[in-house]
Amino acid sequence: MSITLAVNGALATVAAEPRTHLADLLRGELLLTGTHLGCEHGVCGACTVEVDGAPARSCLIHAGACGGASVRTIEGFAEDAVMAALRESFSAEHALQCGYCTPGMLVVARDIVLRLPDADEARVREELAGNLCRCTGYRGIVRAILGVLAARRAAA
Amino acid sequence: MKPAPFDYARPADWPAALALLAAGARPVAGGQSLGPMLNLRLALPERVADLRHLPDYAGVSMQGETVRIGAGTTHAAIEDGVVPGRLGEILAGVARRIAYRPVRNRGTIGGSFAHADPAADWVAVLPALPGHAIALGPQGERRIPLAEFVLGVFETALRSDELLRALELPALPAATRFGHWKFCRKPGEFSKATACVLALPGAVPTAVLAALDAAPLVIADASALLADPTAEAARITATLALDDPWRAALARTALRHAAEAVR
Repeated sequence: MSITLAVNGALATVAAEPRTHLADLLRGELLLTGTHLGCEHGVCGACTVEVDGAPARSCLIHAGACGGASVRTIEGFAEDAVMAALRESFSAEHALQCGYCTPGMLVVARDIVLRLPDADEARVREELAGNLCRCTGYRGIVRAILGVLAARRAAA
Repeated sequence: MKPAPFDYARPADWPAALALLAAGARPVAGGQSLGPMLNLRLALPERVADLRHLPDYAGVSMQGETVRIGAGTTHAAIEDGVVPGRLGEILAGVARRIAYRPVRNRGTIGGSFAHADPAADWVAVLPALPGHAIALGPQGERRIPLAEFVLGVFETALRSDELLRALELPALPAATRFGHWKFCRKPGEFSKATACVLALPGAVPTAVLAALDAAPLVIADASALLADPTAEAARITATLALDDPWRAALARTALRHAAEAVR
């Protein structure tokens, strides 16, 4: 089937089998390999991208359902100020080692920062429960997000 | 894993959706349950019918004192307060603990209820509430009491030619008390035991015990549970003859905590 969707602000028309999920579409057809695949059944969070303005599992949206959607992958946040702050904070706090979970972590982290400006550590940890990291033990990731939250509160 | 091949259809209106259903298509809403089942090849439909673009599928409207929740309303919308009043508060508290936010952004209340996974959150809560599931079939709409909707594991009162269109619940008085407790070893994973208790002012309290690998247990009169949570939770759980002692302990604990949490 032929699918037209917006990816990082540009319309793309791709041919795919209906069973192809969005993550494979992004990686295989559009060569946006910043989106990573872990479990492919919605548990690990590695493939999380923004769909129609909200984080979603790209492994659980099959091609047909992508028609008309607006998708933003990690590559699409290059100019985003919140994501820039998160990237710096992730680096400063050693919030990644291998980096496999990082694109999904950043998409969810940005959602936490924007949706829950008053989140404390317990809430950040709860919100991160759907993104697995096997390197860091999460401490650096939680500190990085809390750091951006604190900086934004101080600047407000 | 990757799904086996299937065809995709996107009905634009309800008659088209019912026609696809009659032709054997598997209905899908947010796809947060069916999606993993497709990827793991636990589900092998020849065709899926994507209900998300049906008119009025998502969204909440007030009809007098009745709240009508479109079956396609997402958990995230409910978490964020799309349902008004005390009912909305209760549903928002439940929605917030369903899976993870990226899943809640796609998953829907109707899709989850109609899927009827025994560990699902709405399966464990909606049967305690007054109101009806609105099924749509070739003959029109049919109202199914929420307490009678889930019949078993992945089994509902929907007929094979019906779709779940909406949920209709009465607006709840501000003094309505509610307790809810579930056990997950990790936030967001499937519950191992869930219970809730609903106490409407001046009415007999109701309760539900779920995540039992069976239909939820609907307790139509939970007065005794509220009066003595420990003893009554033990008595009710003993009647279930659960095989594993740890499952029985969790079920008992869930009922007790839900009753103690009523406020």
